[in-house]
Amino acid sequence: MSEKETAPKEKNMTRRTFIRNSGLTVGGLVLGGALGGLLNKKPAAPASAPAAGHVMEASNHNQALMYFTPDQFKVVDAAAEAIFPKTESGPGAKELLVAYYIDHQMAGSFGLNTKEYHTGPFYPGEAVPEQGYQHHLKRQEVFDLGIVALESEAQKRNKKRFFELNEEEQVAILTDFEADKVKMSGSVSSKFFFTLLRKVTLEGAYADPMYGGNKDMAGWKMKNFPGHQGSYTNLEEDKFVAIAPKALNSQHNH
Amino acid sequence: MAKTLPKTDIVTVGVGWVGGIIAAELTKKGYKVVGIERGKERSTEDYFMAHDELRYAERKEMMQDMSKETITFRHDMKKRALPYREWGSFLIGDGVGGSGMHWNGQTFRFLPYDFEIYSKTVERYGKDKIPAGMQLQDWGITYDEMAPYFDKFDAMAGLSGEANPLPGAPQIKYPTPPMIETPVTKLFKEAAKKLGYHPYHMPSANLSENYTNPDGISRGACQYCGFCERFGCEYGAKASPVVTVLPVAKKTGNFEVRTHSVVRKVLHKNGRATGVLYVDTRTGEEFIQPAEVVIVSAYQMNNIKILLNSQLGKPYDPKTGTGVVGKNYAYQTYLGRARGFFDDKEFNLYGGAGALGAQIDDFNGDFFDHTNLDFLHGGTMHITHLGDRPIANNWVPPGTPTWGKEFKEKSTFYANRNLILAAQGASLPFQDNYIDLDPTYKDAFGDPLLRMTFNWKDQDRKLQKFLGDKSEEVMKEMGATHVLKGGDDIKDYDIRNYQSTHNTGGVIMGASPETSVLNSYLQMWDCENVFVPGASAFPHNSGYNPTNTVGALAYRAAEGIEKYLKQGGSLV
Ligand SMILES: Cc1cc2nc3c(=O)[nH]c(=O)nc-3n(C[C@H](O)[C@H](O)[C@H](O)COP(=O)(O)OP(=O)(O)OC[C@H]3O[C@@H](n4cnc5c(N)ncnc54)[C@H](O)[C@@H]3O)c2cc1C
Ligand code: SF4
Repeated sequence: MSEKETAPKEKNMTRRTFIRNSGLTVGGLVLGGALGGLLNKKPAAPASAPAAGHVMEASNHNQALMYFTPDQFKVVDAAAEAIFPKTESGPGAKELLVAYYIDHQMAGSFGLNTKEYHTGPFYPGEAVPEQGYQHHLKRQEVFDLGIVALESEAQKRNKKRFFELNEEEQVAILTDFEADKVKMSGSVSSKFFFTLLRKVTLEGAYADPMYGGNKDMAGWKMKNFPGHQGSYTNLEEDKFVAIAPKALNSQHNH
Repeated sequence: MAKTLPKTDIVTVGVGWVGGIIAAELTKKGYKVVGIERGKERSTEDYFMAHDELRYAERKEMMQDMSKETITFRHDMKKRALPYREWGSFLIGDGVGGSGMHWNGQTFRFLPYDFEIYSKTVERYGKDKIPAGMQLQDWGITYDEMAPYFDKFDAMAGLSGEANPLPGAPQIKYPTPPMIETPVTKLFKEAAKKLGYHPYHMPSANLSENYTNPDGISRGACQYCGFCERFGCEYGAKASPVVTVLPVAKKTGNFEVRTHSVVRKVLHKNGRATGVLYVDTRTGEEFIQPAEVVIVSAYQMNNIKILLNSQLGKPYDPKTGTGVVGKNYAYQTYLGRARGFFDDKEFNLYGGAGALGAQIDDFNGDFFDHTNLDFLHGGTMHITHLGDRPIANNWVPPGTPTWGKEFKEKSTFYANRNLILAAQGASLPFQDNYIDLDPTYKDAFGDPLLRMTFNWKDQDRKLQKFLGDKSEEVMKEMGATHVLKGGDDIKDYDIRNYQSTHNTGGVIMGASPETSVLNSYLQMWDCENVFVPGASAFPHNSGYNPTNTVGALAYRAAEGIEKYLKQGGSLV
């Protein structure tokens, strides 16, 4: 393992140590996504551990990982933001929690290609693109390989982790993935991985928030998309009407 | 060992539009019908959480489970066919109601020209106009003979529409008025009229108003909810087998649906079917359902698969052009189109319905002179107002990157400022576009998958270019600031991108057993108690969606089945 690759782990350790010292753990576990917020809100380390229920209430239960390792997550989070960045019109992939969406998708049926014909024999070399994907890998595995490839390009070009690069450097790498200029290991091309990454990024920005992304329907708001509505009675009118969006939880009365 | 069940009058393989129509018509006449359906029961209540783009439109919740069954595909006979592993070009429905549950409801009759395409082409242009390898055939029935069956389907579904203003087009009276006029349909109609074309509202199976059909079935009007195609309708406003024909069949007490049951074969002896062999996928048990008449109504592709795996009918040989099962597979051209971006207009594109739209037929069929054109037939051009959902619609003007800052700004800016004019073109049959069984890949039961050998021909490429040019002309007239045009550089057929679920042919009807599998009652020439209604019966594909013609053929078959049960023998 190269020095650079171990460095962030050390950093993590440092952070962990800091947290432990500050007392913000419950039963030895580091508390999840709301950590940053907690640290800001409660600068003084409490004498005893806060009640778990109280802490969890303030956080989004969806912001936890089902499939990616924390490091893989950081790479996906950075790549998704480069594809769908924060701009004047509104939040980017990070704020929309797109990488959590992608993580959750990879953990389930879609990541495992369960509703697809995944039976051999496979002839990826013989296939023409118009025949559709012909490799034996599941999407989970494609992501694993893609993340490794993003990281090794970052190392090669800038001697950094992918998520430590600046925006320009990240975009340059992704552009080469899209153009299929990067050799990925396994029987899958960098272009294939990029296409999948772009697809799930847009899904995470715009799918119903129950899937973990599109936080607070902010993806929909950027497009003036009203989400789930029972009916529309204004379609004959010339005027554009923006309607406040509703998600499917409004349909499922608690 | 398969368990043999008590005999019934009629068994249908699959319970979608065709199975549903046959069941309703024959149970009303007092016959016993058993419908065997591989998927689950479906009802309107299932769609309580239907406005979920990811689940239904992207992950295709209502479609066949491809891990169990798919097809293989190649461009030509020299290549190895490989499985269609994830959904792309076309989608195949599953469960009671079949694709009739999540269709759009754009409902057109094929033209008088279509039913007699060979004779009419030769009459107007001479035999030499038909290029080598193109296998045009008359259908063995005329439009005038079909008209009463079309009327039946229209009345059952309550179609909403208006007469086509194009001179020479059949004048159809629809049971309910057209759907609403929106600024989108209006803009298109004004531009088309200015150019001398004949726009009209698309006939729709999403009801424009409350309607009670001749069977006494009442349904409410469409709510323009914007989650229509690929989704079930939670209001029952979209005509589907579950809200029209199936309740009629059930009410008679003569109909039984067996869900979670996959038919593997039609059993037959000495040129007569004895019943079907099916598997209950919940218990794994095999059953034989004996029947007087077997209806294969499992959608175009599976109709072919069941015949080939049952060794019914003579398989087609593309080298000699002889044999019939698998012959004349055709599709539709959908890439000649123009997308317009409007900097100064914003439309309420979030709402709409699967069949809310307007179109022109000026360039379909033989409504225009082909003497100086190097293709036959044509296509329709339409604008739709379906509901532009946000995962699928991220269109940006030509020259814009497909990701990053600029993409994001433009795709959000144009979300309600872009319209597509799409042209649905006829794809005509060729000797080497065909379907047979794959030598390698198998379904969940070990039966061979279908193998599709298909590619665009010059006919398709020229037609798409022509329709793309026309669409661009109209889009510019509509005042778009930027236009993104398709159809200029069509190369090989690409199974990855959704085009349409309008697959046709493979079990075609016609005037003789040498050139077709079925007679004009959809009865097999080689096995008189088997009927195969469906788009598989189309000898070629037109520039319209298929289901009105599929439905009309099902009504025709129902009449034939009754005749057959009374008198036996060949019906022609
Ligand atoms: C997204 C979408 C949009 C569409 N939009 C339009 C449109 O706007 N206009 C139009 O005209 N057409 C449209 N269509 C096409 C239309 O849905 C079909 O033409 C129509 O449903 C065909 O009827 P069918 O009875 O032949 O097949 P289906 O309605 O699909 O029914 C076949 C049934 O057979 C069952 N089955 C298959 N194999 C077996 C087996 N081995 N054993 C037991 N059961 C089996 C299936 O599960 C299914 O329920 C659309 C299709 C799709 C997918
Ligand atoms: S658009 Fe109309 S027909 Fe379609 S699902 Fe919604 S209410 Fe039903």
